[in-house]
Amino acid sequence: MSDATLQGAQPRPSLLAADPRTRKRNAAEARFRAYGLGAILVSMVMLVILLFTILTGGIGAFRQTYLEIPVALDAAQLDKNGNRDPADLRKVLTLTYGKILQQSLEQSIADKGIAIAELSDKDVSGLISKEASAQLRNRVLADPELIGQTVEARVLVNGRVDGYYKGRVSMESAARDANTSPAQLQLADALKAQGMLATQWNWSFLTSPDASDQRPEAAGVGIAILGSLYMMLVVLVLSVPIGVAASIYLEEFAPKNRWTDIIEVNISNLAAVPSIVFGILGLAAFINFAGLPQSAPIVGGLVLTLMTLPTIIIATRAALKAVPPSIRDAALGVGASKMQSVFHHVLPLAMPGILTGTIIGLAQALGETAPLLLIGMVAFVKNFPSAPPDGLFEPASALPVQVYNWTQRADPAFIERASGAIIVLLVFLLCMNLLAILLRRKFERRW
Amino acid sequence: MNDMRLLERSVDQSEIKIAARDVQVWYGEKHAIKDVNVDLLDKTVTAFIGPSGCGKSTFLRCLNRMNDTIDISRVEGKITLDGEDIYDRRVDPVQLRARVGMVFQKPNPFPKSIYDNVAYGPRIHGLARNRAELDEIVEKSLRGAALWNEVKDRLNDPGTGLSGGQQQRLCIARAVATQPEVLLMDEPCSALDPIATSQVEELIDQLRAQFSVVIVTHSMQQAARVSQKTAFFHLGNLVEYGNTDDIFTNPRDPRTESYISGRIG
Repeated sequence: MSDATLQGAQPRPSLLAADPRTRKRNAAEARFRAYGLGAILVSMVMLVILLFTILTGGIGAFRQTYLEIPVALDAAQLDKNGNRDPADLRKVLTLTYGKILQQSLEQSIADKGIAIAELSDKDVSGLISKEASAQLRNRVLADPELIGQTVEARVLVNGRVDGYYKGRVSMESAARDANTSPAQLQLADALKAQGMLATQWNWSFLTSPDASDQRPEAAGVGIAILGSLYMMLVVLVLSVPIGVAASIYLEEFAPKNRWTDIIEVNISNLAAVPSIVFGILGLAAFINFAGLPQSAPIVGGLVLTLMTLPTIIIATRAALKAVPPSIRDAALGVGASKMQSVFHHVLPLAMPGILTGTIIGLAQALGETAPLLLIGMVAFVKNFPSAPPDGLFEPASALPVQVYNWTQRADPAFIERASGAIIVLLVFLLCMNLLAILLRRKFERRW
Repeated sequence: MNDMRLLERSVDQSEIKIAARDVQVWYGEKHAIKDVNVDLLDKTVTAFIGPSGCGKSTFLRCLNRMNDTIDISRVEGKITLDGEDIYDRRVDPVQLRARVGMVFQKPNPFPKSIYDNVAYGPRIHGLARNRAELDEIVEKSLRGAALWNEVKDRLNDPGTGLSGGQQQRLCIARAVATQPEVLLMDEPCSALDPIATSQVEELIDQLRAQFSVVIVTHSMQQAARVSQKTAFFHLGNLVEYGNTDDIFTNPRDPRTESYISGRIG
C-alpha cells in the first residue's frame, strides 16, 4: 500500500542518470582508491630512493684500485742467512717488505720514464697501501722459494688514490689533504696510462677481515659474514625446535585455562620488547652469570634466539590454528592418537606457515644490531674464528654491527665500505626471503 | 519410562552392540543430553533424528568418545560396547575409536593420495604385515565403499581431487579399513547432491551386513529409507526409540508425531 502511495507521490527517477546520493558514494570510492594508489606510489618511491642511495654509495666497495708492478724480492734483505728457515723468515717484519715495495715502485717509475714535478718520496711510498706490505710478507712466508726472484705483484693502493678513481677525491681536495697530494694523483694517472694501475673487481671485500682506521682500502666483511652465519646457525638450531615444540604443546596439548592464557599474552608481549633489552639480559645471563666469552657468536646466537622465539611461536601457532579442525577429527576418528594426528596430519599442513615464520624470524635476527653491541660484538676482530663448534666461542663480528662500526669512522672511504656491507646484508635477506617463498610453494597443499 | 518399555520389546530381535544407561552430557553449564537409555543392535542401521540442537550429534560423538576432544564437555552415565564400559578409566579412547569408526558431516579426506587415505588406519594399527596385505585391505575397503571402480587407476592422485560424493565414500572406505564393529555417521549426506546421496545410502544398506551403523540425519525420508531402527531426540531427551516403520507410521509420543509431520523442527 505504501508502495503505491510512494509511486503515486513521485515518479521513479531514470536509471540513466545517477542520483546525487549515488554520485556522492561513487566520489567517495574514487577518493579512497586515489589515496590507496598514492600510498603505494609514495612507498615505491621511498624504496627506490633507498635502493638507489645504497647501491650508488656501496657499489664502489666491490671495486678496488690495484697497482701491478714487478717486485724484486731481494734475498739479501729478506733472508740474511740464506737458508730459507721459516723461523728466520718470520723475523723479517712488514717494514722491510714496505721498503722492497717502495724500491720496486721507484724502479718501475724510472723504467717507464715517468717524470712528475714536485713528486716527493713520501708521495711515492704513500701511493702503496700500508696493508700491501703485510700481504706481500704473507705471500713470501707461504712460498719461500719466491725469495731472490722478481715476481709480478698485485699491490693495494692507498684509499685516497682509490677514492680518486671512484670520484670521492679530486685534485682540489687532494691539495688540502695531508694524506695525499696532487702530485701523487698525477703519478697514479701516469701509471694508469702505462697500464700498471687499474680498478678491478674486489673479491677481498667479501673475504678479508676488518682493517684499522688508516687502511679502509683493506677492510672487508669476511669475519662479519662468518660471524653472522655462525649466529644464524645457533639461532636455527635452538629456536626452531624449541619454538615449534612450544607452539605445538600450547596449541594442541595444553589445557585452555588461565595459566595458558597468561603464557600466551606474555609471549605476545615478548615479541614487542625492544631488542636492546634482550642485549642486557644476554650480558647478565650468558656473560656475567654463565661465564661465556664476550664477542662470541654463541652468545650473540643465544641472545638472538631469545629474540626470535616469540616470532616463531606466534607464526607457528597461527599456522597450526589455520589447519581445519576437520582434519584433526578425521585422524582421531580412525583411531590415531593425539600425537599421531598432530605429527602425521596437522604439522605437515602447517609446515609452509611455520617455515615462513621461521625465516622471517631469522631475517629479523640477521639484521639485529643493538643487543650485539651490549655483548661486545663491536670489538675489532682481525683473526678468523675457526670452524664450528670451537669457532662459536671465538671472537667474531656481525654484518649489522660492522655497518654500524664503519659509519662511526672518520675516513669517508669507510662510508663506502658500510654501504657495501649493507648491500651484502640485503642480498642475504633477499636470499632468505626467496627461500621462504620457494619452500612455501613446495610444501603448500590445499584441502 | 516410555522408552524402557520399548527397549524390552526390541532386545529379543538381535544382539545388543552398544548399550547406553542414564547418559548425561554437559557442555559447560548446558545440559545437552538428559537421561538417555538406548540399546543399539548389531548389524542394524539405527537413525538418530530430531530438530537442530536436539543433541543427536552430541550423543553420537559420545559413542566413540569424540567429545573428549572438547575441553568443556562432561559425560555421565554408562555406555557399553559388547558389555564393556567405554568410559572406564582403563579404556584408551584411541583403541575404542579403532573399533567404532566415524564418518563426518563434511567429507574430510586427508590431503594425501587416495591410497594413503585408506591405508592410514591399517598402518597406524598395524593391521597389515606387508605391502601386499595393505594393498588388499585398501582394495577391499574401496570396494566396500563402492569406490574401487572409479579410482582404481588413480590411487596415487590426491583424495581432495575427488568429487564431494566420492570424497565422502573415500571417508567411508577409510573408516571401514580399520575393520571397525560400529560405524558412526554424522549427517554423512548433508553436503552431497541427490545422486551422491543415493549412492551413499545404497552403500549404508550394504554396510549393514558387516557392522552396526548409527546415522544422524536431518532428513526423515533418509531415515525411513536406510534405517531399521529410529531414535527421535528432542531438547536433549530421547523421546522415542523403536522400529523405523513404527516410528513413522505409528508414533507413540505427540512430540514425535509433531516432528515427523513437520510441525516442530
